[in-house]
Amino acid sequence: MTHQHPALTAEQKKELSDIALRIVAPGKGILAADESVGSMAKRLNQIGVENTEENRRLYRQILFSADSRVKKCIGGVIFFHETMYQKADDGTPFVQMIKDKGIVVGIKVDKGVVPLAGTDGETTTQGLDGLWERCAQYKKDGADFAKWRCVLKISEHTPSALAIMENANVLARYASICQQNGIVPIVEPEILPDGDHDLKRCQYVTEKVLAAVYKALSDHHVYLEGTLLKPNMVTPGHSCPTKYSPEEIAMATVTALRRTVPPAVPGVTFLSGGQSEEEASINLNAINTCPLVRPWALTFSYGRALQASALSAWRGQRDNAEAATEEFVKRAEVMGVAREWSAKGWAGGDTE
Amino acid sequence: MSPPVPALTPEQKKELAAIRIVAPGKGILAADESTGSIAKRLSSVGAENTEENRRWYRQLLFTADKRVEPCIGGVILFHETMYQKADDGRPFPQVIRDKGALVGIKVDKGVVPLAGTNGETTTQGLDGLMERCAQYKKDGADFAKWRCVLKITAHTPTPLAVMENANVLARYASICQQVPNGIVPIVEPEILPDGDHDLKTCQYVTEKVLAAVYKALSDHHVYLEGTLLKPNMVTAGHACATKYSPEEIAMATVTALRRTVPPAVPGITFLSGGQSEEEASLNLNAINRCPLPRPWALTFSYGRALQASALKAWAGKKDNTKAAQEEFVKRALANSLACQGKYTPSGTAGAAASESLFVSNHAY
Repeated sequence: MTHQHPALTAEQKKELSDIALRIVAPGKGILAADESVGSMAKRLNQIGVENTEENRRLYRQILFSADSRVKKCIGGVIFFHETMYQKADDGTPFVQMIKDKGIVVGIKVDKGVVPLAGTDGETTTQGLDGLWERCAQYKKDGADFAKWRCVLKISEHTPSALAIMENANVLARYASICQQNGIVPIVEPEILPDGDHDLKRCQYVTEKVLAAVYKALSDHHVYLEGTLLKPNMVTPGHSCPTKYSPEEIAMATVTALRRTVPPAVPGVTFLSGGQSEEEASINLNAINTCPLVRPWALTFSYGRALQASALSAWRGQRDNAEAATEEFVKRAEVMGVAREWSAKGWAGGDTE
Repeated sequence: MSPPVPALTPEQKKELAAIRIVAPGKGILAADESTGSIAKRLSSVGAENTEENRRWYRQLLFTADKRVEPCIGGVILFHETMYQKADDGRPFPQVIRDKGALVGIKVDKGVVPLAGTNGETTTQGLDGLMERCAQYKKDGADFAKWRCVLKITAHTPTPLAVMENANVLARYASICQQVPNGIVPIVEPEILPDGDHDLKTCQYVTEKVLAAVYKALSDHHVYLEGTLLKPNMVTAGHACATKYSPEEIAMATVTALRRTVPPAVPGITFLSGGQSEEEASLNLNAINRCPLPRPWALTFSYGRALQASALKAWAGKKDNTKAAQEEFVKRALANSLACQGKYTPSGTAGAAASESLFVSNHAY
């Protein structure tokens, strides 16, 4: 057991830690623009736009053309593979546009969920094959962080022990491989909000899942200071009859994280799940004003919650592009403010 | 203007006890030496190991003057001591509580071998633990302590030792918290300093052990806000050729804890192991001056490191009581400063020296 073969050199650790801190720097969060072709189909369909490569390019261009106002609220952008290699109208690669704004480029690297046989519709996530080589290439092409999404669901008998263990393990393998290639892994163990369970149940499940995730990360020798966590907020199921306030959601969420996420983790970047833009920023604000002491940044990694207004302002018309970009910038600024409230009272350095 | 906070749940009230023990400037006096252990201490100063001597010695510690009150948040007792009384007839638990400290009780029943390992152990004491704790709670105890032991060699600690000790600690903790009105379990997974391993090795092992401990606590549904951790500091083995500074020890220790101990844990109360009184204070001080941010209190739960000089000054003679108490008070004050990062070797408060307190570029 005591054979320790360091997974990373001091230089590698520093690089990873610096990247992670830049992404979650004060006031900043992540724009998740990594919708797969299939997911984009749904979004574009809703606004009556055809799901072509050009339309996807035009749409992402709207987001990435945001002016320097986004510099202070966006620390990282997650790309889908196709988008990494697309360019703006003027020929500037999207990766370049983002980096020029001082924002870190990230890449979704998982290959979607697959069923776990013998379970009640539970899944794990594939994508480990050749992940090393893919990460090395993405790093060369400008990516400094990655994202991998696992999915769990709450029902009477789920998530099962197998689902928890397997997803925690695959997240740890992914994280380990990323770090070997200088890429900060964002670890995303999403517990879906589907169902009629109450807030307490979601909190309980979230605590169990996160405990398993951090044990797996430890077992796989992952360097926590060079990772980020992308969890769900703790919320009741969508069909739960009881309504909870943002403060209750905040308290349940921060409590669950305090019980499971070691201080070495620099930041927690919440997914928005099915929340509206408004809900997502109100909840994030409540989380940041929650009086419980916590040592990690608490910020956003939002997809829909940052893009919904921009998408519907665009409706596929070039003429609407500027207005759509403006919608996005406004949302981003609001999120930056929501994230910025930091609770006081944690023992920092040599001041206390 | 802060948003409305949900009212304290019963659980949240329970956690207040753990927080009181590790309030700023306070730590724990570990006075729970078993009869066998205290025998060694007493004989080293030429005192006979009688029940009266043990009573007198503990009385000496528990009746030290008010200067210790802001320094001691809790005192851990051995079973016998729970039921002994001071000269004025007050049971020791009451003496301790009258000074504003909480009473703790050692509840484990010592280490036993793990067959098929190279001298590794687990700790026994779970049988009837619920009933024993309920009784101790009635008799004045608010917290408990259980010590597991791991050692570092080329092939240890093994996965079995890590898993088994983490599991038994979690069982103990779970039972403590179920006792009516609750007993706060102090979880002690001590990794011995024996050996010639370096600082990095101890850090690595400490991280693995603590990760296992917190996974087990989660699996056993233990309420972290109502627990305390009593770990070893991260140090090189006793026989290691390289010497490390308190700042290096502090950096390795705080790094290991940051990677494994969730913020919900209110406090970490270090054991002193084989450290001298001064070493234990200097290291604790460096730990509290370490620039890495951390959300838990970092304080002491010292036995020998609080008592060595007092024991020597007493030497079994009643006439030496006041002198012995003075020695104890000195160490209590020193460690109270150390757990706030304000200790200087001369013992006075307010460190003027502000040299670099950590080794830069050191890969941890």
